[in-house]
Amino acid sequence: MAIDKRVTSAAQALADVADGARVFITGFGGAGFPNVLIRALRESGRKNLTLIVNSATHRYSLTHELIEAGLVCKVVCSAARGQGKDLSPFEKLWKAGKIELTCLPQGTFAECIRAGGAGIPAFYTPVGVGTELARGKEVRRFADRDYVLEHAITGELALVRADTADAYGNLTFRYAQVNFALAMASAARLVIAEVRAVATEPIPHQRVQLPGIYVDRIVTVGA
Amino acid sequence: MSTMQPLNRRQMAWRAAQDIGSGLLVNLGIGMPVHVADHLKPEADIFIQAENGVIGAGPLAAPQAADADLVDASSRRITLRPGASIVDSTWSFAMIRGGHIDITILGAFEVAANGDLANWDMRVADKGPLVGGAMDLAACARSVWVIMEHTTRKGSPRLVEACTLPLTAMRCVSRVYTDLAVVDVTAAGFVVRDLIDGLSQAELAQRTGAPLTFAPDVRVLTAPALADDQ
Repeated sequence: MAIDKRVTSAAQALADVADGARVFITGFGGAGFPNVLIRALRESGRKNLTLIVNSATHRYSLTHELIEAGLVCKVVCSAARGQGKDLSPFEKLWKAGKIELTCLPQGTFAECIRAGGAGIPAFYTPVGVGTELARGKEVRRFADRDYVLEHAITGELALVRADTADAYGNLTFRYAQVNFALAMASAARLVIAEVRAVATEPIPHQRVQLPGIYVDRIVTVGA
Repeated sequence: MSTMQPLNRRQMAWRAAQDIGSGLLVNLGIGMPVHVADHLKPEADIFIQAENGVIGAGPLAAPQAADADLVDASSRRITLRPGASIVDSTWSFAMIRGGHIDITILGAFEVAANGDLANWDMRVADKGPLVGGAMDLAACARSVWVIMEHTTRKGSPRLVEACTLPLTAMRCVSRVYTDLAVVDVTAAGFVVRDLIDGLSQAELAQRTGAPLTFAPDVRVLTAPALADDQ
């Protein structure tokens, strides 16, 4: 049977996700948030999720809906501050001790995920040396500089937003939509992409930004 | 009675822009630093890198041309300059950690005389942490410059002997642009390069939390009239 990764709905794409899943969510600065999939995950009611997402509080992402609904037990991110004067849903639950937080420098966050998808269990980075975010972590000197040991991150599920797909799961992205998608798709066991449109013909190889071998399911959501 | 005219935020960004030469790759932090791009010298042909992977950020997009997928690290809808490209986040930060950013200009709460930088956590009660790409840029850009007011609103110095707020990176800052002065961070501590008119060296020292040395050719810090933000 020919490969065809298209599914009819976000709910169907998420049907076999389990409670306790570690979930990657793409997006940065308004570009590349898989908001249809995020809302469908909330509606599925899966609990005890760990979210691995650059920002826990970005105003254009629906990540906060998962948090507000009490479905999230841990967040790994580089930004967890609400924009408003009042505390964000994340901040309220975090302060109440109901959500665990790991905050990483953004480049370390990205590289932990890349490493997770690339078979590298841990790596040394110069970023964070001498700061609170390196507390308790191994520090090692190479040549004349200190480096912090950081561990790879993997997960069960990645929710990715892209522009176009083909039936093979090949993806293209618009402008800065790509951000964390390549790393997250490589580090998750199940990868679901929501896309503006699915091309009827295979995407020309030179335009493919994420090879379909990394993508399991495609949901068409429109613009 | 002092006649000093501290620079406003736009003028501070203008002053920093005058020191950026052509052909460089520059990353501008959130807040005052992003405005540096508006005041570059006409002959300075530079590429602005944004942490989200944009290499060659152009001016802000006109409202009717704004595209939600074309944003910079401040979530502002931007344009691309000729020759621009876009990479993913892992490549963007590999570029930063690998030393390919010539200059990053960041905002700050405090800079210490040894170059330590504190710019990510003000210890506001109950607020979640927000580090973003600040530590990566501060630790790994070839030159780290800071734009910040010389003192806090309450008048406490921001140029200090040792940072009191959580560090972003150690010994990384090489130059600070304030509303009162341009200060280099050297092996011998703070060295003043520019000082505004109407403020004596002793008065600047009073507003600074660590010893100052004045360059033999210390210049007058001036900027054209520019309307402030907000």
